[in-house]
Amino acid sequence: MSEGIGAPVKRKEDKRFITGAGRYTDDIKLENQAYAAFVRSPHAHANVKSIDKSAAEGMDGVLAVLDGKQLTGDGIGNIICGWAITSKDGSPMNMGAWSALATDKVRYVGDAVVAVIAETKAQAKEAAEAVVVEYEELPAAAHIDAALAGGAPQIHDNAPGNVIYDWEIGEKDPTEAAIAGAAHVTEMDITNNRLSPNAMEPRSAITKYDAAEDHYTLYTTSQNPHVARLVLSAFYAVAPEHKLRVIAPDVGGGFGSKIYIYPEEIVCLWAAMKTKRSIKWTADRTEAFLTDAHGRDHVTTAKMGFDASGNIVGFHVSTKANFGAYMSLFSSAVPTYLYATLLSGTYNIPNIYCEVLACYTNTVPIDAYRGAGRPEASYVVERMMETAAREMGKDPAELRRQNFINEFPHQTPVIMNYDSGDFEGNMNQAMEAADWAGFEARKAESAAHGKLRGIGMACYIEACGIAPSAAVGSLGAGVGLWESAEVRVNPVGTIEILTGSHSHGQGHETTFAQVVADRFGVPLDSVQIVHGDTDKVQFGMGTYGSRSGPVGMSAIVKALDKVEAKVKKIGAHLLEVTEADITIEDGQVKAQGTNKALGWHEIGLAAYTAHNLPPDMEPGLKEGAFYDPLNFTFPMGCFICEVEVDPETGKTEILKFVASDDFGVIINPMIVEGQVHGGIAQGVGQALLEEVVYDESGQQLSASYMDYTMPRADDVPSYDVLHHNTKCTTNPLGIKGCGEAGAIGSPPAVINAITNAIGNNDLSMPATPSKVWAALGAAKIAAE
Amino acid sequence: MTSISMTVNGKAVTADVEDRTLLVDYIRESLRLTGTHVGCDTSQCGACVVHVDGKAVKSCTMLAAAAAGSEVTTIEGVANGDLHPMQKAFNDNHGLQCGFCTPGMIMSGIDMVNRYKAEGKTLDEAAIRAELEGNICRCTGYHNIVKSISQAAGEM
Ligand code: FES
Ligand code: FES
Repeated sequence: MSEGIGAPVKRKEDKRFITGAGRYTDDIKLENQAYAAFVRSPHAHANVKSIDKSAAEGMDGVLAVLDGKQLTGDGIGNIICGWAITSKDGSPMNMGAWSALATDKVRYVGDAVVAVIAETKAQAKEAAEAVVVEYEELPAAAHIDAALAGGAPQIHDNAPGNVIYDWEIGEKDPTEAAIAGAAHVTEMDITNNRLSPNAMEPRSAITKYDAAEDHYTLYTTSQNPHVARLVLSAFYAVAPEHKLRVIAPDVGGGFGSKIYIYPEEIVCLWAAMKTKRSIKWTADRTEAFLTDAHGRDHVTTAKMGFDASGNIVGFHVSTKANFGAYMSLFSSAVPTYLYATLLSGTYNIPNIYCEVLACYTNTVPIDAYRGAGRPEASYVVERMMETAAREMGKDPAELRRQNFINEFPHQTPVIMNYDSGDFEGNMNQAMEAADWAGFEARKAESAAHGKLRGIGMACYIEACGIAPSAAVGSLGAGVGLWESAEVRVNPVGTIEILTGSHSHGQGHETTFAQVVADRFGVPLDSVQIVHGDTDKVQFGMGTYGSRSGPVGMSAIVKALDKVEAKVKKIGAHLLEVTEADITIEDGQVKAQGTNKALGWHEIGLAAYTAHNLPPDMEPGLKEGAFYDPLNFTFPMGCFICEVEVDPETGKTEILKFVASDDFGVIINPMIVEGQVHGGIAQGVGQALLEEVVYDESGQQLSASYMDYTMPRADDVPSYDVLHHNTKCTTNPLGIKGCGEAGAIGSPPAVINAITNAIGNNDLSMPATPSKVWAALGAAKIAAE
Repeated sequence: MTSISMTVNGKAVTADVEDRTLLVDYIRESLRLTGTHVGCDTSQCGACVVHVDGKAVKSCTMLAAAAAGSEVTTIEGVANGDLHPMQKAFNDNHGLQCGFCTPGMIMSGIDMVNRYKAEGKTLDEAAIRAELEGNICRCTGYHNIVKSISQAAGEM
């Protein structure tokens, strides 16, 4: 079977993981390694009055007890948000200072105050317990409404009323006028529940300082080691960029939470220099709940207007977004450019207006989590469409069909320009696979044994392949969002691909190699993918936003183009034909129309011996490329979920889940389907089970797996994953990206199914049995 | 400190451990068998599953001293030569993504197949899903893990 593009080849990287030979950060042990433990605030909001370190300092094995004043005294900078958002009135966003160790004030439970470095992990933890921090408790605001209420506690002095920004997009007046003149208006209050990403590998860091070279090394659980190095040097001044090596070895899942640079890495690097010891820190799960950036947490009011025949005329959205206690690295972009720009969904909507009020609360910082803004947008749009159809007495599928965009390119009123798609094609495929037409019969069957059956649909669209650098720069991004790659053909003909993308489960070692195998016909085993080390890879912006396919692989293609051009020149020279007569296939360089050919290794050898190269050609066969995308890519799809609700208990069972996605060109369908499975499970988790809960005082009530319900195997069904693909027109391989789609389309599909079953549109996530039962009761009372 | 002896992956080992040392820490830190992972602190995730005297155990929930005298098998020790059929099944069915939960999944998978075989019960999809209650995976959505265990059940 072919190993090239489109082949479901088994993963090259599996061997080490299934034999226990994976190498995750916490598996690494350096010479002379000590351990860090953090003293964290037990209060959501308090002034730090004093810190008494004396008892801890005298304990066995303790090497250093470090606080925020020492940290700032050594010139370590504050943690920043890298995307500037401007409010409606033209004012800049209000970014409060975030020191890696709090100096005078703590703002959430888990805020780091002191770091203890000791010989063993147990000694570090025991000494951390012995540090006495005196706090003056302040009133806390744990939820959006509390933070925005009059007289709310002031969390950062430079953010009056706890407002970070009050931003808008689209045309307000025309949108309001269109809705005012609409034949039907659907209005909903929609909450997007707060989630914890929960990669199974907790965050971890090991730092090393080489005094002789004045050089630092950081091993860390990162999705983007180069971005970590850049930020650690340019903004946090921990180490100069050329004196800092960041290695992200095997990483056990990220889902966004491992994009950001957290206080612990900063402190451990600084402490390695101070103590001249290598230092390891690994979060336990509770620490992960208390410190890993959370996701979502939006409260939205939306109004959608339709004309008499059911065409959408205007869409007005007001959203409040929780940012937690500090602005994390990409936090500001999530409820703005990754959210409001997708509010056109898959539909022709002439007028859209969205305003977003971002606020601080005394909770863990919130940032991008699988989907980042697009799940929130898709949830708003698709719940609105479903509810509108029910209110107007229309078939929800037909209402969508009637409003679908079917000409491309399509410019929405909110920045995005969709390049391709066949929305109806995906919907038809999903409806057929779900036997949409047979639903009523199945509903009757369920009713016969006392169960309520429901079916729900969501036609999501999202934006991946983030993103054209100049465009995002003009929107406030502090970095460019290109990707880089290097292709090294060795003298023996084996190939190394060095990529700035990072794999933490996505299978790049296989799919990236498939692109090379496809191009040159070389065996997959002769291609090695190198990633995750700033000393090896020239640069990279990393993996998030489903960008490794559309952006990372495009950079590889660009470098392969250059390699191919040089190989053709060498081949033509050695075979004494013109370049136009050279073809590369089956790992051979062939002179067309003759039986002359060179093996791939012969080309490699010729390039490196340089005994007989074309005049003026440099020796060697190694090319690099930077690829800057031309546009976002737009994966879309239609998800259909069918559920059965037990009216006695309110428990929902998912009976069938069908996904029809358009991901453009697919490199490895097995891996793509795996991405969809995982995404759907996270979306089902959001819809039915998961929620980070804070009490009024800012204590997190859900900080362990006993309290936060992760989807288990028996909470989710088997999934029917189908494809109906149209090629992306804006990148060389035609890829759209598949990493987040499952998590974006599934929450509205599940909730639309449950609300269909119970006959009440007023239901929020997670739709726990008690909520469903209550909503069912309310529906019954309303009907009586 | 207690002096303990046990057999790990067929090899006799002896060590002095603190009374509070967990089996998982002994395996990871002292024996440097880092295929056994730690994903939680409340015995929920199953990343740490090993076999103690042939039975699946969450090694984060057992003291090293309590395993004294036992035969312990970790992910590094399941293959007899090439790959164990359960390991191969995970590769065949794309039963892993980031790989962090995988050693625990494989150890639990082997245990459940053995138990069902011994009791003469069929391990169908519903049974596999129910049996996986103590193993959390955030990447795969379980679909391909269920397929993997199901394939291995037919081959073991
Ligand atoms: S680490 Fe043992 S169950 Fe999670
Ligand atoms: S494969 Fe990543 S947690 Fe299971």
